[in-house]
Amino acid sequence: MRWITARRRHPAAGYAIVLLTLVAIGLGYAALTGAGSPASASAPAPGQQQIARGQEIFARNCASCHGLEAQGTAVAPSLIGVGAAAVDFQVSTGRMPAAEQGPENVRKPPVLDTSQTLEVAGYIASLAGGPAIPSPEQVSTAGADVAVGQELFIANCAQCHNFVGAGGALTYGKFAPALTQATPTQIYEAMLTGPEAMPVFNDTTMTPMNKRDIIAYVTATRTEANPGGFSLGRIGPVTEGLVAFLGLLLFMVVAALWITAKQGKPREHE
Amino acid sequence: MANRALDGVGGFLDDRFRGAKSFRTLFKKIFPDHWTFLLGEIALYCFIILLLTGTFLTFFFQPSMTDVIYHGSYTHLDGIRMSEAYASTLNISFDVRGGLLMRQIHHWAADLFMAAIFAHMLRIFFTGAYRKPREVNWLIGIVLLTLGMLEGLFGYSLPDDLLSGAGLRILEGVMQSIPIVGTYLAFFLFGGAFPGHLIIPRLYILHVLLIPGLILALITAHLFIMFHQKHTQMPGKGRTDKNVVGAPLYPYFMAKTGAFFFFTFAALALASTFAQINPVWLYGPYTPVAMSAGSQPDFYMGMLEGALRVMVPWEWNVAGHTFSFNVFLPALLPLGIIFTAAALWPFIEQWITGDKREHHVNDRPRNAPTRTALGMAVITFYGVLWLEGANDIIADHLNIALYTTTRIAQVSMFVAPVLAYIITKRICLGLQRKDLHLLEHGVETGIIRQMPSGEFIEITRPVSEEEQAKLAFPARPPGLPAPDSADENGIPAPGTRGAIGKVRARLNTILTESVELPGSNGHTNGHGADGSGQAQDEPEHAAVPAGGVPDGSQEIAPGAGQADSGSSGDDAPDQ
Amino acid sequence: MSETNGHGELPDETPDETPAGPHRVIGTPPPAEARTLLGGREPDGDRPAPRELPADPADLRKAKVAERLVAACFIVAMLAGIGFIAAYIGLEVHSVDAVLRSNLALGTSLSVAFLGLAFGATIWVRHLMPEVEITEARKPLASPAEDRAAFAETFTEGADASQFAKRPLLRRTLIAATLPIAVAPIVLLRDMGPLPGTSLRHTVWRKGLRLVEDVSNTPIRPADFSSPGGMITVIPEGYQDDDDALAKAATIIIKFAPGELQHPTVLNWTVDGIVAYSKICTHVGCPVSLYEQTTHHILCPCHQSTFNAPKGAQVIFGPAARPLPQLPITTDAEGYLVAQSDFHEPVGPSFWERG
Repeated sequence: MRWITARRRHPAAGYAIVLLTLVAIGLGYAALTGAGSPASASAPAPGQQQIARGQEIFARNCASCHGLEAQGTAVAPSLIGVGAAAVDFQVSTGRMPAAEQGPENVRKPPVLDTSQTLEVAGYIASLAGGPAIPSPEQVSTAGADVAVGQELFIANCAQCHNFVGAGGALTYGKFAPALTQATPTQIYEAMLTGPEAMPVFNDTTMTPMNKRDIIAYVTATRTEANPGGFSLGRIGPVTEGLVAFLGLLLFMVVAALWITAKQGKPREHE
Repeated sequence: MANRALDGVGGFLDDRFRGAKSFRTLFKKIFPDHWTFLLGEIALYCFIILLLTGTFLTFFFQPSMTDVIYHGSYTHLDGIRMSEAYASTLNISFDVRGGLLMRQIHHWAADLFMAAIFAHMLRIFFTGAYRKPREVNWLIGIVLLTLGMLEGLFGYSLPDDLLSGAGLRILEGVMQSIPIVGTYLAFFLFGGAFPGHLIIPRLYILHVLLIPGLILALITAHLFIMFHQKHTQMPGKGRTDKNVVGAPLYPYFMAKTGAFFFFTFAALALASTFAQINPVWLYGPYTPVAMSAGSQPDFYMGMLEGALRVMVPWEWNVAGHTFSFNVFLPALLPLGIIFTAAALWPFIEQWITGDKREHHVNDRPRNAPTRTALGMAVITFYGVLWLEGANDIIADHLNIALYTTTRIAQVSMFVAPVLAYIITKRICLGLQRKDLHLLEHGVETGIIRQMPSGEFIEITRPVSEEEQAKLAFPARPPGLPAPDSADENGIPAPGTRGAIGKVRARLNTILTESVELPGSNGHTNGHGADGSGQAQDEPEHAAVPAGGVPDGSQEIAPGAGQADSGSSGDDAPDQ
Repeated sequence: MSETNGHGELPDETPDETPAGPHRVIGTPPPAEARTLLGGREPDGDRPAPRELPADPADLRKAKVAERLVAACFIVAMLAGIGFIAAYIGLEVHSVDAVLRSNLALGTSLSVAFLGLAFGATIWVRHLMPEVEITEARKPLASPAEDRAAFAETFTEGADASQFAKRPLLRRTLIAATLPIAVAPIVLLRDMGPLPGTSLRHTVWRKGLRLVEDVSNTPIRPADFSSPGGMITVIPEGYQDDDDALAKAATIIIKFAPGELQHPTVLNWTVDGIVAYSKICTHVGCPVSLYEQTTHHILCPCHQSTFNAPKGAQVIFGPAARPLPQLPITTDAEGYLVAQSDFHEPVGPSFWERG
């Protein structure tokens, strides 16, 4: 405190405060663009006799919004015919059960464990079929072509998820999430079922092979090193502009202050 | 030894060019020192670095839109159709040693170049350094800024990646929207329909030859004029409009500016080592069919992008012709008005104030409250549109609804500049009063002393001579009298007659609104005629503490008023 | 250029704080004896001018420390420079990870080299060079009145001698002669490109041309594209490598549930709830393709114009002024989606002749 009191009237104090604030803003911004760690994949395994248990879990966790027969209510859509893949995607990414009504359900730690998820998925699939949970072979990137995946991703996905899957804004507070944590199974399920605002890419318009190419591109690109240094979030020139001002220009200003500062000026003391 | 070399080399040259006298003058040239005087140098050094790195890049870059199938080192794009320009950019990044570093330095240098120009220009504006005799250099600066924007736009369009191709697509759309000639302009620039096969080679030659040539010529003129007119200086002890105070070019300024060049290069090298810029391999080659979320231009074009986003869908069809107000108005108007107003401002200000004197001592921004407030209003307007240019990124990362960001921008582009004007003006006037207070009462030391009578006072010390010279701002030049001030015989002063004269006089009162130094009026008036405006010379300092306090300034402790004025009175003889 | 040559011959408007001479050296030892660099060539060499710059810094002990620091900085810079060359020779590129290592090594060594130079030079100038502050007078920038008058005289004499003012015929014909030459460079630019003609009104779409998926180039049967909420980019078959064609012909098809499509969408131009719209934004031409299947909005990622897909792609937000043109589609004999015709209005951004 003494130290600050003694220096708060220093001519440079104002500059120092501005500088600290700018740095804090920059750090805060950087924190906002940070990424988390990827979650583990869920193993799909359809179970016949667990439907009853699935129905029980559904009644406890989901029926309050989706209705006891999954027929849908005013606040939530019908789940008849959405298929096991949709359930697995929504529940394994933690989007369902939803925490609140909002423009977009966000990814969070899943409430149900893997076996419970599969049981609910089995129950919903038993109502009217629908897309099944893809097998590990279906989402395997072995033999997939990353370059084709790049072209497909740019053509079909980048307009919402950005060129490397960093996410982007949609209308009315919705957004296309970043694909940094999505597992190959979840990516496949999302394309297959079109969760929330996302369009459906069924297997006839986008073949399973194409889907694997896209998964290969997403997973290869997000783990690819940034040869030029830190990625700056891979969201294009906006963060570059911030660095130009808050990094480069600020650095040069500090250098200019040092070079032009009066040296050895005798300070006045009381 | 040194003298022998000097006689040898110096003698050889002088025998042929007769340079001793002019070089002596050059070496003794005085450069004033202030950190803001180096902002323009950042831009200068960035330009040098841009030339160096740019030359390196031209050795490897192929400005061609011929389709090739890529089979290079970046396997994620293996077998994909792309232009030679894009393929050679990948080649520079992944197959030329140091190529990525040079590319990144080039791009960071371009960003810093523009950022430094903006900062430099703002410094010139807010300190009034554009005033007579430097109006021409101010105009050159605005042309340089415009050329810099074009140079940057063309430069980042060259790699022909998805992002830059989108920028060119928007450029095409904007050109087409220009009434009457737009379609033709677009077809001539692109050599036909978009994208064609000519735009990259054409932009390339503009980017590496024509525009850099113009910039180089104008920078040379800019520097020669600055050199000839001598640099401005910040107000301070012993600094007047008739002198220049600082250190000589040789060796001081040479060493300092050399060190600053190294700092510039170091900053760019650091950024290029640790911050990845424009990773074109991630964007992929350009295709007119696709687009990425969050597509943005580089920051210096962001304001134009925001202007396009903020515009309402206004389009007319009249007699078989289309007026795309929704495109060409935002593309041309906001920046066009700002640049035109900036170019005219020195002359507008001269006309309003009637101040035709030379100015070599800069204003502190607070001492020109209206100018500073106007500047802040423009910055705010620019800033709103600039932020709107990144509104999708802001919406995504700050969880604001996308349309809300646009609505906010649509409102605040009108409201925020006005608020900024009012707030800035109040702050400036407040700072002036604070300066006045310091001059009259000295600096609060934070030391509280109990008087024998039991009351507490805070000890103040008088401001130092240097501070005093800085703080004792000159009152605004008298220029025109107030509009309602009838002169001796009731005749309005020349220049304020008629409708235009009244407007001028009214503007003058607004523009010159400032806190008056007590007793400074007669002084400046006396000097106004011979054009000196040196309110900082010694007699004035002596007059300041002695001058009466017009309005009751706030005191910290009751009864401190007497103590304060007493202490300043005591200190006056010490000086 | 002002001259500061040690004589008191400065302009008399010099302020009064420098009566002792043109230069004031603050905080320095008294001037030592003169030793001008150019020896005998000193122009006013009748007496030695006093030394203007001190030869030594104020604190010699501190200067010694500074000297070592500066030398250390320069040695670091030299080592880093050697490191840069070594990194160039030693580190290969040709892969992302190798480029990362190379960039890191080259960049770090280059940064350190320049930082060393920068710090060294700054410490040198700040702590080794003695601090001076010199006041130099400014000369007025305007020429003295007699110089101006003399110039005006010279100028007028020359003008008179040239006969330029006297012979208006020559003057006018000279101006007339330069005008066409001044315009010629603009005329020369005419062949930069063809005239637009009606090319902006048409795309390559024509009757019977198949819609194929972008990238995979496979034709589409309505039954393949059966999931409501599906959206995919299509291009005219055979034009996948023709960017000029694609820049106007790029199209999106969207699948709707029965009954969702409404006026002003032309239902005769749709097949089984599949509607085709131009992908080129009517604002400035970005490919619009953020399709939200819940709201049926098509959003442009560039300037956020939003189009209402089930209602003729009308604009509901943003700067675009016109809906996305709809491509009339049907199926051919083999059941694949084909165009009925070209778009019925120009696609993409507005232009003057559009009307």
